[in-house]
Amino acid sequence: MKYLTTAIAALFVGGAALAGQIAPSDVVFEDGAVAQSLTGVAGDPENGKVLMNKGAGNCIACHEVTALQEWPFHGEVGPILDGAGERWSEAELRGIVSNAKVMFEGTIMPSFYKNTGYTRPGDAYTGKAAEGELAPLLTAQEVEDVVAYLMTLKYE
Amino acid sequence: MKKPIAGLALAAALALPSVAVADEDAKLIINGEIELVTETEPAAHLDGALRSVRSGWTFRTTETQALQMDDFDNPGMIFVDQALDSFETVDGAAGKSCASCHEDPAEFEGLRAQLPKYNEEAGEVWTMEMYVNNCRTERMEAEAWGWKSQPMLNMNALISLQSRGMPVNVAIDGPAQSVWEQGKEMYYTRYGQLELSCANCHEDNYDNYIRADHLSQGQTNGFPVYRLKQANLITQHNRFRGCIRDTRAHTFAEGSPEFVALELYVASRGNGLSVEAPSVRN
Repeated sequence: MKYLTTAIAALFVGGAALAGQIAPSDVVFEDGAVAQSLTGVAGDPENGKVLMNKGAGNCIACHEVTALQEWPFHGEVGPILDGAGERWSEAELRGIVSNAKVMFEGTIMPSFYKNTGYTRPGDAYTGKAAEGELAPLLTAQEVEDVVAYLMTLKYE
Repeated sequence: MKKPIAGLALAAALALPSVAVADEDAKLIINGEIELVTETEPAAHLDGALRSVRSGWTFRTTETQALQMDDFDNPGMIFVDQALDSFETVDGAAGKSCASCHEDPAEFEGLRAQLPKYNEEAGEVWTMEMYVNNCRTERMEAEAWGWKSQPMLNMNALISLQSRGMPVNVAIDGPAQSVWEQGKEMYYTRYGQLELSCANCHEDNYDNYIRADHLSQGQTNGFPVYRLKQANLITQHNRFRGCIRDTRAHTFAEGSPEFVALELYVASRGNGLSVEAPSVRN
């Protein structure tokens, strides 16, 4: 019954959210952390690892990860993510990936699960104006997958 | 100029064995005789935002740096030659060429270092492109050139070259001040779905790598630049447009009043650096 209600609510919210998913605007942050899974489906660390290197994730553009040395050119804009799964709780990582600006005011890090509040939002990388409702940079499940991967990063 | 993030530089060096790292202390001497200022004290109006002002040349690999050190190696000089021809070419209803009024391109020495600047008659801030097109339409009665058309890029390079080695010195006070303020506001605006401002990368993170890109301060003293990626000269506005597009934003057009304002502001951040046009970048 709960799922049915959520599904109907999602339709009214704009039709973008899938059943069981928390819409970007409904994510509840507490001290920058997000305790509740965005999907209720366990994250897939293997897919999370893929997202670290490409697509809308491309986390290593800014962060170095020793475990991902198979891929070249790790950035140095953000902190090294080695040990992230020990430094942070799952809820904290979910909050940081979803919208790091809640925990770290003014951080350069893009907000990966957010879809409003932008200045001159564009249609992806075309340079043209966005039309209609924007999709977040990562889907709810992709956020869960990245978080699941980050949880595997332990100190040696 | 290492950023205060301990260990990152070393870690990056280990992670990026294939990247040729720029020699920060290299001196830019062109043709063995013209020594350019590639690092200088920040202007007062930067308010401490940069500890040191550095030309984009200092961030490039030794191979790219070398291309700018000899005019026979600099691919941008081919376009300067083309502009010399076009300087003499009659065009438009008045039957004039540039040379009809301007005996020698050398008379433009110093102009590039001051641009963009407030034009009294027009009552607005003008860039090199606007000065060139004003000559074409008003004096030559010829068609205006497109902002990024090849003849415009070439002429910009030829005229800019006359100021090579002179310090950038754009005025930001008086009637230019409001435009400068507008440009500054843009510089710090976090555009697009990635919410990135110019400052996020080029003030807070210059000298850091973002993936394989070595972030510079985004200085404009080398424009028009011969960009290896495009195998052509490009303008400041071309890079502004590309950067804002890459924040997943609705960008501005080349030649727009917004980009003229941003051009003035960014140029002012580089006051004191030598004009390098045409420089070589990747």
